[in-house]
Amino acid sequence: MLKTRIIPCLDVDNGRVVKGVNFVDLVDAGDPVEQAKIYDAAGADELTFLDITASSDDRETIFDVVARTAEQCFMPVTVGGGVRAVEDIRKLLLAGADKVAINTAAIHNPEFVKEAALKFGSQCIVVAVDAKRNQDRFEIFTHGGRKETGIEAISWAERMADYGAGEILLTSMDKDGTKSGFDIELTRAIADAVPIPVIASGGVGTLDHMVEGVTEGHASAVLAASIFHFGTYSIQETKEFMAAAGVAVRMDH
Amino acid sequence: MAKTVIIDYGSGNLRSVAKAFEHASMEDVVVTNDPAELGSASHIVLPGVGAFADCKAGLEAVPGMIEALAEQVTQNKKPFLGICVGMQLVATRGLEHGETSGFNWISGDVVEIKPSDTSLKIPHMGWNALQFEQDAHPVLAGFEAGVHAYFVHSYHFAATNSDQVLAEVEYGGAVTAMIGRDNMIGTQFHPEKSQHFGLAFIENFLKWSGELT
Repeated sequence: MLKTRIIPCLDVDNGRVVKGVNFVDLVDAGDPVEQAKIYDAAGADELTFLDITASSDDRETIFDVVARTAEQCFMPVTVGGGVRAVEDIRKLLLAGADKVAINTAAIHNPEFVKEAALKFGSQCIVVAVDAKRNQDRFEIFTHGGRKETGIEAISWAERMADYGAGEILLTSMDKDGTKSGFDIELTRAIADAVPIPVIASGGVGTLDHMVEGVTEGHASAVLAASIFHFGTYSIQETKEFMAAAGVAVRMDH
Repeated sequence: MAKTVIIDYGSGNLRSVAKAFEHASMEDVVVTNDPAELGSASHIVLPGVGAFADCKAGLEAVPGMIEALAEQVTQNKKPFLGICVGMQLVATRGLEHGETSGFNWISGDVVEIKPSDTSLKIPHMGWNALQFEQDAHPVLAGFEAGVHAYFVHSYHFAATNSDQVLAEVEYGGAVTAMIGRDNMIGTQFHPEKSQHFGLAFIENFLKWSGELT
């Protein structure tokens, strides 16, 4: 059977990891490739790079990061952040990325998702959905949750799936950074609404949270950054915990 | 001297495939769109991601490539590995966005995955456990059934002859994971993305002479 994926996420700013695993034997702990190798060796099921480089001039650095990762890590790699044009996608895929996550560009121009899926195939188009509670519903927010769009999140996710997205990367902007667990209601509402896989993100602080994202949130994959970066839990520990809780995960790698 | 030729026809993840083969092999790995290179190849790899019709059109757009492939694989019997859509292309027909003819090296159609459990997500994306008979194929030698491989696809190979299905995974019914006939094999999964198992699988393929004994 298909296993639930455990996905560590690395935030990359101008080619450097912002928060990384601090292992003494690392030659360069700020090098995203060194970090990717650790996760690969630990049996992470996929890896996500989130490029948070502010200046578009410096965004070229991510291509080099992806290319060097692809030389040494033989696992699926997704890249998000700054994906605005077909050319960005082409360059990331050619560098060795398997999937790209489109976020703001989809909101500005939903047809872009359609175009990207037609050109490169749904299998490599992830739509990142940043949602936040607004009165009695979930809405899409941009700019790290500061800017509201007025778009209702569940119908938006359905529309993105309809436009050819192969996967939804769902982040609760209420929960992100709180370590208080996923927004289960949001996760389940979207996972149950779309026919494509949903990756739950935002809020993981404990391994129970990882389990809940799957058992209660119905996510196909769970993504976390801090719990892995700060060495709170290893990939192996996470998988053993989830397996013990009855979630099917891959133990061989 | 072994020489692996990976066919470049503008389809997706060539770099990942090339890097995995370079990692697994001490010998020459060449990525090319020159059909003449197939003549000196010991092993031929056809990658492919995206839609069946697009991949077929991409391959047709390289002058002489399909003919060279047919000559080296079906006549000269060189070991051949198709990956993902590269595997699907050896079918009789692809039924994704209309009907597109394949090479018809292995009889069958490439059809939509329709899990019996409709809550299962499509694409079938992630790590699934391979089910195969021990000694099903020389390239599977040394692996235990249940080993995980990475998949991402919405269509799969429905082979006419079940003997040519070498491995399957369970996803609301059986989904074809690997096919083969004579000197040719194809994987729906991505060995280049399947960590240790994937690299070991590639090594096995590179050691394979194309014989089935």
